[in-house]
Amino acid sequence: MLSLLVFLPLLVALILAVAPVPTPVVRWTWLGATLVDVGLVIVLWVGYQSPPAGQLAFAERIAWIPDAGTAYAVGVDGLSLPLLALTTVIFAACAAASPRTTPRPRSYAALFLFLEASCLGVFAAQDLIVFFVFFDLSIVGMYFVIAGWGHAGAARSALKFFLYTFVGSIALLLGFIGLFAGSSPHTFDMAAIAAAPPLQDRPVAGGLVLAAILIGLAIKTPTVPFHTWLPPAHTDASATGSAVLAGVLLKMGTYGFLRIAMPMLPAAWRSWSWFILVVGLVSVLYGALVALGQTDFKRMLAYTSVNHMGYVVVAVGAAGLSSASNEQAGQIAVTGAVVQMVSHGLITGALFLLAGPMWERTHTYRMDAYGGLAGPAPRFTGLLAVGAFASLGLPAFSGFIAEFQIFAGSIAVSPVAAVALPGIVLTSALWLRALQRVALGETRGESTGFADLTVSELLPIGVLLGLSLILGIAPGVLQDVVVPASDSVVRAVLR
Amino acid sequence: MTDLSPAALLPELALIVGGLACLIGGSFLPRSRQWMARIVALAALGVCVVTAIVALAGPDRTVFGGSYRIDVTTGIVRLAVAGATALVIWLGSDELAGGDRESETYTLLLLAATGAIVLGGTDDLVVLAVGFLITGIPLYGLIGLARDRLSAEATLKTYLVGALLGIVMLLGTVVLTGITGAGGYPALRQLLPAAPGAVVALGAVAVLAGLLFEAGAVPGHFWVPDATQAASVTAAAFLTTVPKIGAVVAVSRLVDVLPDGSHPTVLVGAVAVVTMTVGNLAAYLQTDVRRLLGWSTVSQVGYLLVPAALGLTVGGPALLYYLVGYAVTNLAAFAVVAAEPERRELTAYAGFARARPLLAGCLLVSLLGLVGTPPTAVFVGKLTVASTAAAGGATWLTVALLVNTVVSLYYYLRWLVVVFRPASDAPDTARPRPWATSAAITSAVAAVGLGLAAGPLLAR
Repeated sequence: MLSLLVFLPLLVALILAVAPVPTPVVRWTWLGATLVDVGLVIVLWVGYQSPPAGQLAFAERIAWIPDAGTAYAVGVDGLSLPLLALTTVIFAACAAASPRTTPRPRSYAALFLFLEASCLGVFAAQDLIVFFVFFDLSIVGMYFVIAGWGHAGAARSALKFFLYTFVGSIALLLGFIGLFAGSSPHTFDMAAIAAAPPLQDRPVAGGLVLAAILIGLAIKTPTVPFHTWLPPAHTDASATGSAVLAGVLLKMGTYGFLRIAMPMLPAAWRSWSWFILVVGLVSVLYGALVALGQTDFKRMLAYTSVNHMGYVVVAVGAAGLSSASNEQAGQIAVTGAVVQMVSHGLITGALFLLAGPMWERTHTYRMDAYGGLAGPAPRFTGLLAVGAFASLGLPAFSGFIAEFQIFAGSIAVSPVAAVALPGIVLTSALWLRALQRVALGETRGESTGFADLTVSELLPIGVLLGLSLILGIAPGVLQDVVVPASDSVVRAVLR
Repeated sequence: MTDLSPAALLPELALIVGGLACLIGGSFLPRSRQWMARIVALAALGVCVVTAIVALAGPDRTVFGGSYRIDVTTGIVRLAVAGATALVIWLGSDELAGGDRESETYTLLLLAATGAIVLGGTDDLVVLAVGFLITGIPLYGLIGLARDRLSAEATLKTYLVGALLGIVMLLGTVVLTGITGAGGYPALRQLLPAAPGAVVALGAVAVLAGLLFEAGAVPGHFWVPDATQAASVTAAAFLTTVPKIGAVVAVSRLVDVLPDGSHPTVLVGAVAVVTMTVGNLAAYLQTDVRRLLGWSTVSQVGYLLVPAALGLTVGGPALLYYLVGYAVTNLAAFAVVAAEPERRELTAYAGFARARPLLAGCLLVSLLGLVGTPPTAVFVGKLTVASTAAAGGATWLTVALLVNTVVSLYYYLRWLVVVFRPASDAPDTARPRPWATSAAITSAVAAVGLGLAAGPLLAR
């Protein structure tokens, strides 16, 4: 079942890559495959029951390279299920939102399905090497999305993206091999390593392995100072490419913190969590401040991603500082972190998809070029406003629940986390300013004659924002799944 | 106790007989019928493969007075060498067909392949020296067959480096045999710990020097880029793949023999780290694709020497797996070059993805494979090597290997970026080369297939 979810897009991708089918068939096959995957996730979700700590639901295991201590092992728990669901939803939205003018549509669809399979593989993996394999494949896929279908300068940005994240993945591999060498018997199995964490009584070795893993994940997340690949990659990628990059690929970094770094190196995590907290705080404030100064819509969104992912890092850092007495606060922070990943994926995914029609119509992302867009394009402006308010954390949207939980949990553990609070004020300011510049006032510049969104453009974006609204009003859907898992992560760290 | 049955050496004999048949038969064949020599060569390789598989089913044993070991390792070396040589002939068929030195090329290929197998299978220092010569001398001929100014220079360079390090190797053999009175590895293993440490270390370094020449590792690597650039693609593919198989396995057998006192792991490990670093850094500025591939094979030998440094007992499975994966992946890259011999400069590959999507796909698989991107064979190879080294207490080798992987990324990508760049509008006049193309596809598929099927292979 779980393998079907992962490999179905890959299979369709292979077929599309080989068979010379006409363009309309390509579009419908692509959308159909992604929707089937959404359906599969819903079936998984409905049949999901929180497994006991240390175990997984829908687990599958096939021997792959037993002599190297690695097997094809997949499974889900409360950390991975929400992200699997997010991945299928974002990719389905991209399939629906992909403009008809896309050149070489068959290759593009095949590439996106390949990318979807590798992203789902990362979140389903329960073996470090399987995780790494899919992690690397997603980098290769994303490289071609940016390089092949991006705007001017895409080749350069794509290369920067590839070099940066590939270096990160090698650091990650080094860390994985450290975990392998430290475990006894030697294994890459995630559950086995988490059950008996290696290097617990060797602070130096444990610290070095954690450092390798942290560098790998921090580049992917990205946190300051490893974020410099993100803005050019976003600016030069196509809208759907950006939506996937921000909505799904960035989550691999923060997911890795929760899945790998925290339960497998608890002692080292506790010793270094103050450092991780500080990195998170810097990312929150730096991302928001730099976003405030941007004039390019996509570049601004890229920096708000640094800010939003920074909250997740703050939460996981704070969780490492918690102790037996305030364990519950740590658990709330971690739950908030998972909700924030889903929420950021939905909201930022929607906002990047909105950038697609902008480029289609005017070929510019410069916000000064617009003005008074509300007049000619009320639907576009409406969605932009909803997205902006969701992104700044307005109550009733998922972002509010996430950030509220992160702050409530983190500040209870460590008051230092309150330093991140101005981040929220800054994001509010930057979004209001952006809305004012683009949408309000007299219609001028590129806004003149800006054709409003068609229904097929509106629908995928509306669905993503609608899901954010549902999660904001009825957070229980997500909480019920996440809380047991974040509970066991915090318990694992406090061992 | 001494088994002198020639039947034990059937795979090696098949190659020698095939080589001689090509040489003699080729003199009587008209230019248009030289393909018959190719059939003979491939048949000899086929016999080698079949007899090697039969021998694999038999028990481990040593033959000819304990000088030659027939075990799983030798079996895999035989299969890898014969398979790689067959692939080289396959990918070179377009280039060689109807050429004026076709049957001679097959002779030299088969003889050098025999030498590579002997290097990998021997359990005796003297036979090792013989293996060195059987492999090395045909190599000079292979490089020189291109017969132009560059290849003459490359041949001379190879010959000089080879002759120098060959003499050094013979010196080492004499020293080690002289202080122990024995040449066989089992006897050396017993006697060397008692011998004076400095002399043992000197002898070991000298013997290794010759093997490092054949493997194309520092300090015997100077000939590799020149020869790869100047020789025919067939010869280049061969000399960057097959001799390495035998030489690296010979190094790992030697590491098992040397006493702990001479720190063989540190010695070979240091050579490995220097080799991978030098190969990677030198590849950075290359603009000729063959030269770039030449340097890339130097760096790959560095990675291969990591499991060799741990010795065959510890590093054996990782080493053999990586060797096979490397051979297939490297040959895939050379097959693409053989299919497009007119594209010599990196810049000539602009628009390659549009013009030749299939070959570009093969190149993508092989170059990303050489970096170590999953799920290719070299990835699994690097992974097992890195984790074997880490678990074996040589973490520094793991770190060096991964850091070098990052370093290597740049120049492989530099090539790939050009491949996927939009085309120049020059008309495409190249004639199709079906053999090289099919060889590229086959080896690229194998490079991925071996990675996915790594489990059962490593269990062997």
